[in-house]
Amino acid sequence: MYRLIQIELFKIFKRPRTYIAFAAITALIGIIQVGLKIDGAEYASFVMADFNSSFSVDGNILNGYFVCYVILQLLLVHVPLLIALIAADMVSGEANMGTLRLLLTKPISRTEFILAKFIAAAIYTLLLLIWMAFLALFVSMWVFGTDDMFIMKSSYAVVIREDDIFWRYTGAFAFAALAMITVASLGFFLSIFAENSIGPIVATMSVIVVCTILSTMNIPLFNTIKPYLFTTHMIGWKEFFDLQVNDANEAIQGSIQNIDKLIRSVAVLSIHVALFLFGSWFIFRKKDILS
Amino acid sequence: MRFLLIGVFVLLCSAQNLIAQDMTQLVLKVKEKIDQVKDYTATGTMKTDVAFIKAPIGKVQVFFKQPNLFKLQKDKGISILPKGGVSINMNSIIASEDFTAFAAGETVVNGVKTRIVKVLPLQESSDIVLTTMFIDETNLLVRKATTTTKENGTYEMEMQYGKFANYSLPDKIIFSFNTKDYKLPKGITLEFDDEKPKEKDPLKNKKGKVEITYDNYIINKGIPSSVFKM
Repeated sequence: MYRLIQIELFKIFKRPRTYIAFAAITALIGIIQVGLKIDGAEYASFVMADFNSSFSVDGNILNGYFVCYVILQLLLVHVPLLIALIAADMVSGEANMGTLRLLLTKPISRTEFILAKFIAAAIYTLLLLIWMAFLALFVSMWVFGTDDMFIMKSSYAVVIREDDIFWRYTGAFAFAALAMITVASLGFFLSIFAENSIGPIVATMSVIVVCTILSTMNIPLFNTIKPYLFTTHMIGWKEFFDLQVNDANEAIQGSIQNIDKLIRSVAVLSIHVALFLFGSWFIFRKKDILS
Repeated sequence: MRFLLIGVFVLLCSAQNLIAQDMTQLVLKVKEKIDQVKDYTATGTMKTDVAFIKAPIGKVQVFFKQPNLFKLQKDKGISILPKGGVSINMNSIIASEDFTAFAAGETVVNGVKTRIVKVLPLQESSDIVLTTMFIDETNLLVRKATTTTKENGTYEMEMQYGKFANYSLPDKIIFSFNTKDYKLPKGITLEFDDEKPKEKDPLKNKKGKVEITYDNYIINKGIPSSVFKM
């Protein structure tokens, strides 16, 4: 099994398209960082315009932690496309090249084959997120420095102390990894049905776009299905950056405002991953391999 | 009879004037006590209690230098203070001697009998329109003050004194102010869920408060003006 995963990883990282994702993330994060470094004060004053009319905020607001939060907000919406590029190609790519039938003549079970391919796709997703974390968090901390984190939410502002931030980012990136593995598992599931890569990649993106629209639209008809859509829970990483307050309205350090919501999101995403993986295995196990 | 009426009127006017003068004297005595502090550096903790701000208690350092230089800085971190209330101290409220003060009764503040004094600045340029002080006449301490400004609304300060009462420096100061509703478009915050806050959410208080509890003061040791420029 370990050997199979190694082979799959070798195949993934042999393809030039794998590096498109890493290059795209590097470019996007770089552009955001340069933009915020040059004109960050303008951006901060725009976001805080309403707040600044009543309060004066002192300190290094535009620090590395805040910049990382901005980057994650902007990028985690687009990263699924980069993941779909690889995950949705895992099985359909082999079918397209005509190597699928050949591969399955080897003395390995279809279960092992599917698991190895899925694990390889998940490892690629994790590596992409680690690269993103390195650039968005560590490079931002180096470029912009560190301080307390000041976040503007739609109806309130949160100040998180510097010594209470790092574990939140660890949690947020772990959560983001789960969300992205959900996308990978969807792409992987769809790749079972096709014999070329374009179809599952486009289908994965279409499903994500449609589900995201359903998740964001506030229409009563859609509100009933929202809790079951994985796209509703993909932004759950933000829960790590909201604090509970006590009766005296003091923020409680080390707390998370909606821990139940976070656990629910983790559960929904995990169920999606399990269902897509099980579906892939179940269908592939009995599939007629003709290519 | 006419002379008698005129006499009573003159007497009343004089008495009124006398009381007003007395209050000015009282405020000047309070100011004199406050003015013995030329500068101070204080350390303490600050708690921000505003309906739409979730902030932890933070350590702060406060610098003051006469006539009205004031700076509050958080010990490495972000501090949020209401605009106009940045100079949370009595010195800025009675910075000038150009005012009129008159009595408005007596009341008890935190168990201490106080005289209510209305102070009207006479300078046209002053941002302060009216200050109501609750003065503890025995100790010459301002226990509470409500200030109405032209630009920044009305705010209230409540002082609790302890070991630095001789210098009119409070151990704890509670600064209250009115807050407006705050909303940011969800398109900016990218928050699309519609979950309503829980009913018993403590973030309900419409009146904002900043509480500073001082641990220590270093008084009249000199502070370079550069501290206030940073």
